[in-house]
Amino acid sequence: MQPHIEIEHLTFRRGERVIFDDLSLTIPRGQVTAVMGPSGTGKTTLLKLIAGQLRPESGRVRVDGEDVHRLSRRALFELRRRMGMLFQSGALLTDLNVFDNVAFPLREHTRLSEAAIERIVLMKLQAVGLRGARHLMPSELSGGMARRVALARAIALDPAMVLYDEPFVGQDPITMGVLLKLIEKLNHSLGLTSVVVSHDVEEVLSIAHQVYVLSEGRVVAQGDVAAVRESADPYVRQFLGGLPDGPVPFHYPAPPFREELGL
Amino acid sequence: MDKQAKIELGVGVLVVLAAAALFMLAMKVSNFAAVAQDRPTYTLKAHFDNIGGLKVRAPVKLSGVVIGRVSSIGIDRSNYRALVTMKIDRAYELPADTSAAILTSGLLGDQYIGLEPGGDDEMLADGDEIELTQSALVLEDLIGQFLVKMSDSKGDDK
Amino acid sequence: MIRMLRAIGRWGLSRLRAAGRAGLFLLGLLPALAYPFWRVRLLLKQVYNTGTLSLPIILTAGLFVGMVLGLQGYNVLVDYNSEEAVGTMTALSLLRELGPVVTALLFVGRAGSALTAEIGLMRSTEQLSALEMMAVDPVRFIFAPRFVAVVLVVPLLTLIFTALGILGGYLVAVGWLGVDDGAFWSQMTAHVDWQDDVVNGVIKSVVFAVWIAVVALFQGEEAPPTSEGVSYATTRTVVQGSLGVLALDFVLTALMFN
Repeated sequence: MQPHIEIEHLTFRRGERVIFDDLSLTIPRGQVTAVMGPSGTGKTTLLKLIAGQLRPESGRVRVDGEDVHRLSRRALFELRRRMGMLFQSGALLTDLNVFDNVAFPLREHTRLSEAAIERIVLMKLQAVGLRGARHLMPSELSGGMARRVALARAIALDPAMVLYDEPFVGQDPITMGVLLKLIEKLNHSLGLTSVVVSHDVEEVLSIAHQVYVLSEGRVVAQGDVAAVRESADPYVRQFLGGLPDGPVPFHYPAPPFREELGL
Repeated sequence: MDKQAKIELGVGVLVVLAAAALFMLAMKVSNFAAVAQDRPTYTLKAHFDNIGGLKVRAPVKLSGVVIGRVSSIGIDRSNYRALVTMKIDRAYELPADTSAAILTSGLLGDQYIGLEPGGDDEMLADGDEIELTQSALVLEDLIGQFLVKMSDSKGDDK
Repeated sequence: MIRMLRAIGRWGLSRLRAAGRAGLFLLGLLPALAYPFWRVRLLLKQVYNTGTLSLPIILTAGLFVGMVLGLQGYNVLVDYNSEEAVGTMTALSLLRELGPVVTALLFVGRAGSALTAEIGLMRSTEQLSALEMMAVDPVRFIFAPRFVAVVLVVPLLTLIFTALGILGGYLVAVGWLGVDDGAFWSQMTAHVDWQDDVVNGVIKSVVFAVWIAVVALFQGEEAPPTSEGVSYATTRTVVQGSLGVLALDFVLTALMFN
């Protein structure tokens, strides 16, 4: 079966800094793929490259076999209707209430009657457990609730894939559990391709089918959960184990301490 | 839904206020009413030795009533005199021997053209010229004349 | 010395690049400007936010500016025994200068800064990105309605400000200082020209509106997505917006009344 997303020899730079250096990975259809790495490895950037919001310096991103960065604006927008993205902050439109936020993509892209839209929206809100919160404004929601509403919005148009940008950051254990269950449930029941970008190791490993670990713009480990857990790579060991010192040093580069003290 | 109603109401208030303001500026403050009526006019010409501070769009008055406006001011190259054209309301026909003078409203006011009708049976037609004209009073000339008369000291009134 | 020159050069280049980006921003906005007219709800909301919510400040300021003009004008003109001209003076100064300029300055402070903050905040909370991901073009959906609303609203506010200012002058001159009612209005009508004064004033306010809209939206777009960045951008909108209005006013006055 053709992979859903193929990334080939991708290089991306921000100013002088190289974010991705000849990165290649494939994301299979209908599975949960985790992309992990410490903060600042450009995980969010990767999602924006997949969605065509950023242009790579070289290399290709193919979604459903289409080269994302060669598409016309119209075709790209067409493609994005088949993608959902969950932003780190939720990114709900602040001047619309929960119901209208979820209804927004439907109203913009379909000619459904208001009654039909209401049904779909309530269904999606029911799926994330927030049907009762439909009249609240985004400012009245907790961070976890905002993310769940955003998830309902991301799946409003029944996309074939959902990109999750750091879904667990700053959430309490209960909310994390809820979000994990939701991602898994959506993947199972709708057969969604899910790409989860995160650095919350245990949570992600509990639902992922396939894992990529990134460091300095390259893939350092890949495979299923067991394979990654058993990786001998010292960097992967440090990252998964949360060790303070290792290939990523504890100290910011500095001359030896003795020298600085004049000893 | 009532949020939408509030927005519509608010925009309505803004538009009504602006319309009222525009109406007031047009009718009460500016000469829009006069311009907008745009009655049919005919053109008259007149030569003056000196137009003083007369400007385009200055009123043309007959017995103090505005019956037209100055439409252009220039120099007639054949005789180097000022050539003033004015548009007069068609409702007012003027005798052929009408005279025109450049007058001032009040001590510091704007200058306008005052018309003095004559007694001719023939009327002025479109494009005709008013032959009898009196130039603007220029203060320097006036003082000059006054001094000359003083030194002549004839004692005459004029 | 060299270092200073270099710094000045770099500053100049960065300004020039910003101006270039602003120009491109405006160019990108142009094809989307028809869009708000068939999404009237989007437009109405922005007209409400920028226009109706600015009404209180415009009404109050207009009334007081007009009253001050009436008072000052009377004090000067009474020496020449021509206090009837106070209406003319108030009307002309409001129509030609104070109406468009003061309205634009108040608008920059009230609505322009709010627009910048709103766009900056939308950017920092990823709302603009989210719109793009939902295949909705933010230029059409966010920027165009705001731009059109500003260009429509500023002339309307200017008319309201001017009319109310004249009423303020009337209150002071006729109601308080005893200028003759009839003379006040008839002098005004005799000297205020529809084309030269009223229409030119409105043209001025449209030009100011375009300037304010470009500055406010562009600064919001350019603001770094941090709270510090947004507050700095808001300040810049007020400074650049106001100074631009004053400079444009000089240019327009030179073109129109010469």
